[in-house]
Amino acid sequence: MAVNVLFFASLRERLGKQQASVDSDVPISIMEVWERSGGGLILPDNVLVSINHVYATTDTLVQPGDEVAFFPPVTGG
Amino acid sequence: MQQIEVRGTPFDPWQYLADWQARQNLANARSGATAVFVGTMRDFNEGDDVTGMYLEHYPGMTEYQLETMVAESIREWSLDAVLVVHRVGEIRPAQPIVLVAVWSAHRVAAFDACRHIMETLKHSAPFWKRETLSDGSTRWVSNNTPG
Repeated sequence: MAVNVLFFASLRERLGKQQASVDSDVPISIMEVWERSGGGLILPDNVLVSINHVYATTDTLVQPGDEVAFFPPVTGG
Repeated sequence: MQQIEVRGTPFDPWQYLADWQARQNLANARSGATAVFVGTMRDFNEGDDVTGMYLEHYPGMTEYQLETMVAESIREWSLDAVLVVHRVGEIRPAQPIVLVAVWSAHRVAAFDACRHIMETLKHSAPFWKRETLSDGSTRWVSNNTPG
């Protein structure tokens, strides 16, 4: 199974990709997902994270098959 | 009752409200108060002239966050109805970005919930603004204005 990883807005442009896939058969932390998909970039302090559309923190565990997203502070409205 | 719409095309919030009202029960004598907020694109930001904007969002999560937050507000303030419409895509100055309308029995709930929904939207709904300036350059908006 794989974890589907999405990047948005300025972070997407900085990484040069909008999507990545991280293979794992066991639960892994969001920080590990980042380390295996973030292209060597240190996770910026202000980046927000979600699992399956719900906000999460970097120590939250991700299950195989989950969708994880990394994105900068939101600026809608 | 709640309705959430994330749309890629321009809209007139006042016409949208009129169309919404026309579909409701005309004999609704329950909602004594209606509060409405409309957010419109400015042609300036941080001292620069802004000529255009692109609004990116996270399809699925944006709708989920809005629906969850509106449902919580309906429970907390015992609201009769909430309408939230938000633009994505290319937007020009003077075009509406967001409409929040709240119906309740009394004005305090309508005012407070409308403000709460708008502020929560700005802090939790995954939208991102990229501005185009008058010299043609672009930049991502990094923070919300304080209020």
